[in-house]
Amino acid sequence: MATKSMGDIEKIKKKLNVLIVDDDPLNLIIHEKIIKAIGGISQTANNGEEAVIIHRDGGSSFDLILMDKEMPERDGVSTTKKLREMEVKSMIVGVTSLADNEEERRAFMEAGLNHCLAKPLTKDKIIPLIN
Amino acid sequence: MDTLVSQLQRQFRDYTISLYHQGFLDDQFTELKKLQDECSPDFVAEVVSLFFEDCEKLIGNMARALDQTGNVDFSLVGSSVHQLKGSSSSVGAKRVKGLCVTFKECCDSQNFEGCVRCLQQVDIEYKSLKAKLQDLFSLEQQIVQAGGRIPQVDI
Repeated sequence: MATKSMGDIEKIKKKLNVLIVDDDPLNLIIHEKIIKAIGGISQTANNGEEAVIIHRDGGSSFDLILMDKEMPERDGVSTTKKLREMEVKSMIVGVTSLADNEEERRAFMEAGLNHCLAKPLTKDKIIPLIN
Repeated sequence: MDTLVSQLQRQFRDYTISLYHQGFLDDQFTELKKLQDECSPDFVAEVVSLFFEDCEKLIGNMARALDQTGNVDFSLVGSSVHQLKGSSSSVGAKRVKGLCVTFKECCDSQNFEGCVRCLQQVDIEYKSLKAKLQDLFSLEQQIVQAGGRIPQVDI
């Protein structure tokens, strides 16, 4: 009879750890709920600068970072570039508005995103990325 | 014989469907309902409440910006419209979101009269949605108080 190794059990138990970076409190609440609904745990940052500080100070390691584009202090493009310079290896998914044009989305991707999703976010948009 | 619970459930179903068919709500509201569970039974009501607080704040900002006769900062108005469009999109407030698209166009073309008209319409529309969702949540409460379950409504 096959038995699971401790490593396999730890992988199953380990929850998806997500950093949600957004200046809109409404989006933070909704995105946190989505992450919880898909079995993950989340931490929030109200802008890009906070996201950078979280990585600089805490040595935090996230499986996924949901990065809003338009934010005060430091926007999503600048934050993504900075996190990649800091050698952050997390999957970073940009969250854009439908008003953003192709050029803006491309610039956001080129900053170091793994993927880009348009608001509003739903479980169905996120699940394929983490699978 | 129709019980009170089944009458209320039918009312709830019909009212919910009408809100979608009349364009007040879209699929995103359905997505929010799916996120609600026993651990957070008031999730949608809380989110919607935050949205309406946002509306009041942003409409206030827009009104003050447009009140600067002859010296309107259209980019400031546009920024508030952009935020409202985002919030309304997040909760499924379809009509409000649609008005924000037109409003943003007026801001971008620095059309003062257009902006004032849009602001009035947005104000009317969010208040109308607020009243309708309050009625919807009230129906939910009545169903629960009568011992029933809130029906799943497929749109």
